[in-house]
Order: sequence, then C-alpha cells, then structure tokens
Amino acid sequence: MDVFTTPFLTGTANGAILLMAALGLTLTFGQMGVINMAHGEFLMVGAYVAYLTQQVTGAIGLSIVIALPMAFVLAGLLGLLLEVTVIQWMYERPLDTLLATVGVALVLQQLAQDVFGAQGDPVVAPSWLGGRISVFGYEWPHRQLFTIVLALGALGALSAVLKYTGFGRRIRATVQNRQLAETLGVSTRNVDRITFFLGSGLAGLGGVAISLISGTNPTLGTAYIIPAFLVVVVGGVGQLKGTLIAAWVVGVVTAFLTDWISGSMAQVFTFALVVIFLVMRPQGLLTVRTRSLA
Amino acid sequence: MTMTANKSIEQPDAELGAQGSVQARPMSSLAQRLSTYGPLIGIVVLAFLLLVWAPSSLSTFRLGNLGRYCALALASMGIGLAWGRGGMLVLGQGVFFGLGAYAMAMHMKLEVAGPGGVPDFMTLYGDGTMPSWWEPFRSGPFTLFAIVAVPLVVSFLLGYAILKRRVKGSYFAILTQAMAVAFATLLIATIKQTGGFNGLNTFSTFFGHNLYNPEVQTNIYRLAAGLVIVFLVILWQLYRSRYGELLVATRDAEERIRFLGYDPANIKLAAFMIAAVMASIGGAMFVPVVGIISPSSVDASASILLVAGVALGGRASLFGPALGAIAVGYGRSTLSENFPTQWTYFLGALFIVVVLVLPGGVASLWSMLRLQLSSVQRKPSSTDADAGLNESLENDEPAVLA
Repeated sequence: MDVFTTPFLTGTANGAILLMAALGLTLTFGQMGVINMAHGEFLMVGAYVAYLTQQVTGAIGLSIVIALPMAFVLAGLLGLLLEVTVIQWMYERPLDTLLATVGVALVLQQLAQDVFGAQGDPVVAPSWLGGRISVFGYEWPHRQLFTIVLALGALGALSAVLKYTGFGRRIRATVQNRQLAETLGVSTRNVDRITFFLGSGLAGLGGVAISLISGTNPTLGTAYIIPAFLVVVVGGVGQLKGTLIAAWVVGVVTAFLTDWISGSMAQVFTFALVVIFLVMRPQGLLTVRTRSLA
Repeated sequence: MTMTANKSIEQPDAELGAQGSVQARPMSSLAQRLSTYGPLIGIVVLAFLLLVWAPSSLSTFRLGNLGRYCALALASMGIGLAWGRGGMLVLGQGVFFGLGAYAMAMHMKLEVAGPGGVPDFMTLYGDGTMPSWWEPFRSGPFTLFAIVAVPLVVSFLLGYAILKRRVKGSYFAILTQAMAVAFATLLIATIKQTGGFNGLNTFSTFFGHNLYNPEVQTNIYRLAAGLVIVFLVILWQLYRSRYGELLVATRDAEERIRFLGYDPANIKLAAFMIAAVMASIGGAMFVPVVGIISPSSVDASASILLVAGVALGGRASLFGPALGAIAVGYGRSTLSENFPTQWTYFLGALFIVVVLVLPGGVASLWSMLRLQLSSVQRKPSSTDADAGLNESLENDEPAVLA
C-alpha cells in the first residue's frame, strides 16, 4: 500500500473527527469566550444517544439517522441547562468557569459510569457504512468518508447560519459589541442561551460520529477535550476556517507520525508541535487585527 | 467573525482583591502587629499539629496518609502562589510533580538494584540494558540536585516561551493542561525507560534507610510535614515582600505594571518557577511516603485534583492551599474507601459550588466575617452564599445539577 495515501486519507478522517469535536467550541469558546470543560462530556452524551437509539430501534441502518438530530437536541439541552445554572453567573470570570465545568464534567462522567457501566458499549456501523471505496490503491472505509461528509456538512451549516440568517447576525453583533447590540434591541441573554445550545448540540453530533469509530465509554470526552481546544486555539479563536485547517493538519500530521513511531508517541509529538506553534504564534493561524494589548 | 475571547479573559479576579493587599489599611499598632505576625502564629500552631501532635497520636497508617497529603500540599501551595497570587491557572502541575517524583523513584529503584544493577522492570519489559540518562541517578546528591534543577529548567523554558508571548488566562490554563496530557502519554509510551502505565514501585530503602522500619517511616513523614512548614514560612515572607506585592499587582492590573516599567512576564515567570520547584519537591516526597509513582498520579486529572484543594482552601491565602490539599486528600481517602462513586460526585459538586458561591475559598469566609463585624451595614447576599456552601458540602450532593 502507498506510504503516502494511507496516512493522508486516515489522517483526513481523523481531522474530521477532531473538527466535529471542536466545532461546538468555535461557538462557545470562540464566540462567547467560555471555556467549557464539560464539552467533552457532551460528545460522550452524543455517543450514548447513538448507542441507545441502536438498542431501542433495533434498526441499525436507520438508527444513525435518528440519532443525529436526537443527539443534537439532547446535548444542546444539556448545554442550555449548564448555561442557565452555572455559566451565566460567571461570564466575567473565565478561569472560574473552567473550574466549575471541570466539576460538571466529573459528575457527568460518573453518571455515565453508573448508568452504563465503566466498560463502554459498541456502536455498530450500519451496512451502508460498512463498504470500502478504492482511492489511489487505498481501500478507504465508507465510515471515514461519512465522518468527513458529516463534519464538512456541519461546518457548512454553521457558517451559513452565522453568515446569512438573522440569528447569526445577532450572534455576531453580540460578540462584537454587546452593549451596542443591546441598544439595538438584541436580547443578548437569549443570544447567549441559544449560542450555547447550538455549540453543545454540535458536540452531540460529534459524539455520534465518534461513536461510529470507537464506540462509547464514560471517559470518551477526556480524550478529545484538550485536542479540541488546541485545534480551536491553533486555528485562531473564533475562526471557522482556521479551525478547519488546524483540525485537518493535526489529523494528517498525527497519522504520518503514527506511521513512523508508536501511536502514543505520535500524540506526544503532535502536542509538542502544537505547543511550539502556539508559542510562536499565540494568536493562531488566522486572526482579525485588533488594537487589544493582549 | 472576530476574536473577542480576550475581552472577558483580561478581567482580573476582582473577588480576590481584598487578600494580598492588607498592609495598606491604616491600623492601630496592636492590630498592625497582629496582621504582620498573625500568620506566624498560624504557622507555629500548624507546625505543632503536624510535627509534634500527629506523630505521637496517629497510627503509622494514618501518619502515612497524612504524609501523602503533605506531599500534595507542597504542590498545592505552589499552585496557590502561581494561581492565587499570580493569576496563572496552572492545570499541569502534575508535570513538575512527576519530574520530582520520577527522579526520586529512579534513585530509589537504583538503590534496590544495587551498584551496577539494573531495575527489575527493565529486564521484564526490555532487554535489561539501562538508558544512559538513568546512570547519574545512582548518586543521591545528584538526585536531590535534579529534583530542584530539572523543574527549574523545564519551567523556565516553558514559562519563558509562553509568558513572554503574553499568553494568559484560559489559554495558559489549556496549554499547561495539554502539557500534563502529553507528559502522562509520554510516560505510558516509554515502558522500557519509565515503567509505563505501572510506573515505578517496590522500593526498599530511602537513602540507605530501611523503608519497612516504622521509625524511618515516621521520619519520612516528619520530613514531608517539615517541608510544608518551611515552605509556608518562605511563602509568608514572599507574600510580604516587594515581589509578593508586585505579583498581586500583576495579577490585578498587568497593563499598569507594564506601563510602570516592569516586565510582567518576568514577575510571573518567577512565580511559575517557584511553583514548579515546590510541585517537584512534593512529588519527591510522595514517592517514599506512598511507595509508588505512576502516570495516573501525574496526569491531567491528578493535576486538576491538586487545583481542587487550592480552590477549596482559598487560592490567594497563605494557609488555604495547604489545608485545602490536606482536606481534599483526607476526603478522598475516607470517602472513596467507603463510597467510591459518591466521591466523584462530591468532587464535582465541590468544584461547582466553591467556584460559584465562594471563589476565595474557605479562607475568604474569615475576611467576609471580619468585614461584616466591622461594618454596620450587613450584606445579606454573602451570608446566604456561605450557608449555601455549608449546606451542600454536608449534603454531599451536586445540588447545582439536580
């Protein structure tokens, strides 16, 4: 098999997974500046929704299609609950938000462990995702292709919402100048809530995609939360295009490194590369010029 | 879309402003002296409790546990310095804790192996050859030197790179946590060099003293507790010094400090490095007390557990981080022995509740109380918050999530 094509394509699929995990953060972290460490647990919720719909409906082919909107809504509602109960009191204290949501993450993990057991459950990929497609001599699983399509679809939908709809305009207005937006009649509190709902819901979608690759387990979120944040920061906070590029590059680089050294060493090296990149360019890949001193 | 996350991140922790700037208030000479030497009384009381009372009245097992909390308290006190006084939320102190712990564990492992010997796990997992960088750790003095020097160098390089680029707030926190993740992954991946997932264990001697001798165990405890007292004195003086005031000023108004001609990066870098050394010494004491060091004691969640104690005790106070670490450690071993699942819920609820209603930690209850006694006008909101904290702490339930 080709030494170049294989890691490139699997890396692209890994990048898509990373993008799915990070996409919600571009809203909650990128737009609102909230560090939600429970975001990883929303991914886990999405994964368990995929597992549960499969158990309940029994129709493997259809269950993923049902699971996607359900995971979006359920994770979104959880996010909304979190915003209303905890986060709304701490918009002025980002570091405290980080710590409080770490607590939420711990509680959700333990809850999942108590309900579903520590072992984790498999999610069966439907038959229409079981096939492979031959790309330059590499038998590419449909599953990986599906995550890429899903990630790009979610990204496209999100950027379209932000760009063209009235709601997206209100989000951008609130982010750019909260007081001015309020003077113009935008209910910024509502915008906050809905933005948080959307961001958390996207994590639910990401969870479904992840469950197809690696199944579910209660600590699923912990593996993704830090890479997801790093991807958002590397891409340039609040930059959808930057997040896309960063996720893709990180995925591909990790895949190439995995070919040469062991998987966990590849992770260490990618982390190191990302940290070095951020030290050289703390503002990320793409930025908007500001006059801020920071 | 714009980059606005910085806007909210720049805001200083207003709640903590009261602590750390006590000297400015005009006071009578007795009160002044009390505020200057009050901490000393506290340190003496704590020293009596830890060094005299505990060894004479606690069983060897309990004393060992207390020794472990003391080792963790050293790291937590460093976090108190970096986070409470410096405003840098360090979520990766496990890295420095681990550097010290592994340095000490490597030395003790080589003591077991004897002169010229090779640690047992290297023949078990590998071909029985020892990496050359293990060799210097045969020497006790070198190990002690490394426990201080390695975290100093590592924290200088990391801190210099990150802080000079003015990375702060949440970005700093995420970067440090990423470090802890990478460090633990690295340890697990290098099973032939560091023992991998199982870490380093089965020691028999500590600088030539038999670890199974109860008297030696008590003395190791005394060393750990003594180091806590020593560093309390050091921090007490540090917080009183000009540097301590500069650090708090940097936390609260970094731009002003810059315009006054200081480089905030240097000020914060010093705090970061001291915190790293304290975590490393804590890690080095952890190994002889507990008898094992593994990646799970130094990874991201272990680092966050350290922060939990600091948040509970009071990040900006002198005693808060140490007492908070001891309380969290004690709570963990008592609760997790009897109710393993409840402990995680409790810990989660602790984070949420403390941060939500008592950002200054338990230590801030005292200053709140004093504020209320001195001023005629009562603030009902803060009493409600305190009552709420005590209630939910006792109920052991994630009230906020219910």
